[in-house]
Amino acid sequence: MKLFRNLLDSVKPNFEEGGKLEKFFPAFDAFETFLFVPGHSAHEGAHIRDGIDLKRTMITVVLAMVPCLLFGIWNTGHQHFLSIGEFMGLGEGFMDKFLFGSMRVLPIVIISYVAGLTVEFIFAIIRKESVNEGFLVSGMLIPLVMPAEVPLWMVAVATVFAVLIGKEVFGGTGMNILNPALTARAFLFFAYPTMMSGNKVWISTTAETTPVDAFTGETLLAQAINTPSGFTDAAGQSYGGASGDMMASFIGYIPGSVGETSALACLIGAAILLYTGIGSWRIMLSMLLGGLSMAWLFNLWGANPFMQVDPIQQIIMGGFMFGMVFMATDPVSASQTNTGKWIYGFFAGFLGIMIRVFNPAYPEGIMMAILFMNVMAPLIDHYVVQANVNKRLKRVSVAS
Amino acid sequence: MSQHIKIRKGVNIKLKGTAEKVNVDATFPDSFAIKPSDFHGVIPKLLVKQGDEVKAGTPLFYDKLNEHVKFTSPISGEVAEIVRGDKRKILAVKILPDKEIRHEQFKKADPKDLSREEILKQLLDSGCWPMITQRPFAVIANPQDKPKSIFISAFDSSPLAPDRDFIVHGRGATFQKGLDAIAKLTDGTVHLNVHTQLNASDVYTKAQGVQLNKISGPHPSGNVGIQIHHIDPMGKGDIVWCLDPQGVLAIGRLFEEGVFDASRVVALTGSEVKKPRYYKTFFGAAIEKMLADNVNEGDLRYISGNPLTGTRISRDSYVGFYDEQLTVLPEGNQPQFLGWIAPGFDKFSLSRTFFSWLTPNKKYSLNTNMNGEERAYVMTGQYEKVFPMDIYPVHLVKSIMIGDIELMENLGIYEVAPEDFALCEYGCTSKINVQSIVREGLDLVKKETT
Repeated sequence: MKLFRNLLDSVKPNFEEGGKLEKFFPAFDAFETFLFVPGHSAHEGAHIRDGIDLKRTMITVVLAMVPCLLFGIWNTGHQHFLSIGEFMGLGEGFMDKFLFGSMRVLPIVIISYVAGLTVEFIFAIIRKESVNEGFLVSGMLIPLVMPAEVPLWMVAVATVFAVLIGKEVFGGTGMNILNPALTARAFLFFAYPTMMSGNKVWISTTAETTPVDAFTGETLLAQAINTPSGFTDAAGQSYGGASGDMMASFIGYIPGSVGETSALACLIGAAILLYTGIGSWRIMLSMLLGGLSMAWLFNLWGANPFMQVDPIQQIIMGGFMFGMVFMATDPVSASQTNTGKWIYGFFAGFLGIMIRVFNPAYPEGIMMAILFMNVMAPLIDHYVVQANVNKRLKRVSVAS
Repeated sequence: MSQHIKIRKGVNIKLKGTAEKVNVDATFPDSFAIKPSDFHGVIPKLLVKQGDEVKAGTPLFYDKLNEHVKFTSPISGEVAEIVRGDKRKILAVKILPDKEIRHEQFKKADPKDLSREEILKQLLDSGCWPMITQRPFAVIANPQDKPKSIFISAFDSSPLAPDRDFIVHGRGATFQKGLDAIAKLTDGTVHLNVHTQLNASDVYTKAQGVQLNKISGPHPSGNVGIQIHHIDPMGKGDIVWCLDPQGVLAIGRLFEEGVFDASRVVALTGSEVKKPRYYKTFFGAAIEKMLADNVNEGDLRYISGNPLTGTRISRDSYVGFYDEQLTVLPEGNQPQFLGWIAPGFDKFSLSRTFFSWLTPNKKYSLNTNMNGEERAYVMTGQYEKVFPMDIYPVHLVKSIMIGDIELMENLGIYEVAPEDFALCEYGCTSKINVQSIVREGLDLVKKETT
């Protein structure tokens, strides 16, 4: 600790006013405050302050994503070995699967952080502001919503696009309209559709290995277009009826983007976010209700196999849970009022399932729905706040 | 008709160093001072000069904007010094006290027999008037107004706050006299608000001519602003006056004895005080003698008032006009290595991101560190958790930031005071100084509308 302090103190003069590297002070500041919570004391207002700051908040969200990340790494390996017919059992070859998954997933994580933070630092230096911590979370979210097979350069391009267009042009963290991580995914989805959908991208295959005969790389969402249950895994074997499907998608050993397959891991993340008070329970609950009610309405209609999918199954497959726990709850792009959060969450879930079922070209409707509700959130808030204003105006006329 | 209000939003911050319920006669201070900065928005015009003899109740200065409002000496003695700052701004009027207190004599009378005008005049002349503040704007009340009601909060819910039941103990007659005088100032109701979980003193429960309301719930339930909002909400153009029990006692004494009584019970609190207790002293009294041999070593923060809304003062400063609490906390000017990632058993947080949630009843010794740096608003819903009014706090704060007066009015600026936002400021992840922003907004609206 002393060592770091001395090191920082020895280089600090270079970055301060009049120093050679004065321009790069925000970068230095980011490192310094990363190592040491600064000794600033309250000058005005309350003399005591809550222990929480944005760094603590963001690191808590990152911790909540760790179960998804770890499961995603294992699952990437599992799907790979499944496709080549090795270690077919869930418990078999744990280390091999984990290692293979790490080799696929960790580079994506690293690229995402490096690309995003570079843009953040450049903007901080141009704006002469402190580096904001928001990207700590976005940088982890982006890899988790990518297919394991995504080329690394695409991750970099998408991340830079998301940070630049999704966030910095609006003024940086706290000012953005869209969720940056979803912006990155949407960018790739529309710019390189073949790399973000279909049956080639979800399972990591290598040139040296040959897939098993019955190999299918489709996600459950793609299979649901033809059948409401009885899905098969990458090796073409059935998960075993409705309850088997349910178990597979709840635990998450199904094809999909890296971090979103496991409803269980998402629920662990949700528990952390809700218990610490970082995530909004209103958004999560209302989105769940929205999704369930749309799925239930489709069940009543039942015009095609996708509409007949059990509501619970709809919720736990695809990116619904991940979107609900980590994407929709982003406080900056979500509704800010408590009433608004109920409306916002409900429609994110409702529309998410609707898009997924009505338009098989966008099997992941959740991404579209959340982005759409991001855009709508300020409007919802406007009407909620206006209702409060009208209530107050009414009181004046009664009084006078 | 008594009302029972349940406040659900808010939090009690548990700190070490609550004052033990023991009254100590403070050693008579050897210096007094009145600081115009205690009175927000007042432009002082001096009525005395260095060397003048004053009695307790002799006017020292008046408000240039409202010359009926006079500020009088708490003690008899000699004006020792007029302390001035930049642009000759008056920082303090210092008084060297006599051994024996001599008082200016005012009319001794039962307020019930006096007219509103007579009471008003006596309050203004004696210097008791500034004890009455008003909403909106949280400034000294304007004697030309007629308030629709008057609010007295008989409990203070802020951290380490003094027990107002203990303070008024055994002074029921004086308190009643004060209430009688105040009741004449309004055609509306005088609301006296007690907390359900504290054993309200007889002085409050047996008070006549007031509406006794019961409030339950955590801080900020003791803030008059919150109480007004729930009991008798204000619209644009409404005016409510407020004062605290020690103000009522001083007004009671004024009519009982005909003197301006500046004596006051002050709670010395905080984790760095060796023996936190109640002291009988005066407002304007030097605090040095109370602190001597009674505070720990080290870098300390002296606060006149409570840790959330108090004013930072130096050790050689004086008891503030409105304050009945002195708090001493450790300064937090040391960097903490990887502090944002540490488990944080010793950090109190409104969130559960620190492991201090394992010990909900622990009392904390918090220092003055900001625990982070200022950022743009990211988190939402935090202020709402500790802001028990039907107002959107973040939207109101943002409307102030952009200086949109109409929006501020619509969002309820007339109902709030900076102190109501103190917990929001405490819990703010983005470390935004909300209280000073709200004060700016109030000043702007006041300037533009009056």
